[in-house]
Amino acid sequence: MHEMGLALEILEIARASIPADLPSARVARVNLRVGKLAAVVPESLRFCFEIAARETPLAGAELAIEEIPVSARCRACGERWTVTEPVFLCRACGGGAVEILSGRELDIVSIEVFDGSEGENG
Amino acid sequence: MAEKAPLREVRVVGRVLAVNERMAEENRRRFTARGIFVVNLMSSPGSGKTSLLQKTLQALAERVSAAVIVGDVATTHDAERLAVTGVPVVQVNTDAFGGDCHLAAHVIEKAAEHLDLGAVELLFVENVGNLVCPAEFDIGEDVRVVVLSVTEGEDKPVKYPAMFRTCHAAILNKIDLLPHLDYDKARALAFIRQVHPGMPVFETSARTGEGLEAWVGWLLEGLERKRASGRR
Ligand SMILES: Nc1nc2c(ncn2[C@@H]2O[C@H](COP(=O)(O)OP(=O)(O)O)[C@@H](O)[C@H]2O)c(=O)[nH]1
Ligand SMILES: [Mg+2]
Ligand SMILES: [Zn+2]
Repeated sequence: MHEMGLALEILEIARASIPADLPSARVARVNLRVGKLAAVVPESLRFCFEIAARETPLAGAELAIEEIPVSARCRACGERWTVTEPVFLCRACGGGAVEILSGRELDIVSIEVFDGSEGENG
Repeated sequence: MAEKAPLREVRVVGRVLAVNERMAEENRRRFTARGIFVVNLMSSPGSGKTSLLQKTLQALAERVSAAVIVGDVATTHDAERLAVTGVPVVQVNTDAFGGDCHLAAHVIEKAAEHLDLGAVELLFVENVGNLVCPAEFDIGEDVRVVVLSVTEGEDKPVKYPAMFRTCHAAILNKIDLLPHLDYDKARALAFIRQVHPGMPVFETSARTGEGLEAWVGWLLEGLERKRASGRR
């Protein structure tokens, strides 16, 4: 529900990351990592991003979202596993001291810019 | 063709919510410097946050000087209900775009300007009714508390695991209604335990006051811990 706000943040960060030697470069793609436990609906984020990017250097840029699975580690026995259901009990010893190793990401990894030419769209 | 043009990849590596996270840290530093214990109260609309706060503020009245920041999409009803208790209440109507689903750190910072922080020991934030977005937004709180009521589905914890994982305590409210409902309380508690093993759960009725002592006791312990850490 806050995807428009997130899209605007992404836009801001991506814009600020356009290299100084390519001030008029257009951005082809923004690479994002989104954990399965993050409160984000990728489809709706892509949609908001497309709208927010209009008439900016990111117009038409693709928002490539890599979804990160939830992985956990048991503090008691050291077991590591991928959490696929909302159960945060150790699958080996049943303990509840579970540490989330991944799955909460909401990170921009990189942007890909057209190098040199204006990179006409389409 | 665009696809054939050479692409240059520029590493960015940053949290999308970095700005909010930085502001939340600033809030936390400011509150901590004054020894203020900050509680972020979250739930679906209507679970009983305002009602619980009214009762909680009454219970704390003689012992602790509290204040409330309440987020509401459009109305001032909650602020009016809370002001009756005599504690300072700041109402925030969430900002115009994309913002009406949660309170962000900068909103708390602005709201706090309307409080005399020197006179506050315990600050409650009643977040916007929503179990999704507030899970993602740190506001600089010490503890995060999720309220659910027995008129909601037992499976809320597994439907909103991010919320229940990031909270430090849960309140199961409206237990006065249990005799009239088919609510399977054991099932709800089991769901909370599987999503967040070991998290304290308080069973309360904001109507009758049942179960409030344990919750208030937990708050006072947190407040005491915060004071002790401030005295170092
Ligand atoms: N029976 C009963 N009703 C409650 C209880 N707590 C809240 N309510 C009612 O539930 C409705 C929503 O409560 P409110 O405090 O406004 O919820 P909020 O939206 O989470 O702030 C109101 O009509 C309250 O009177 C409770 O413990 N028992
Ligand atoms: Mg309310
Ligand atoms: Zn284990």
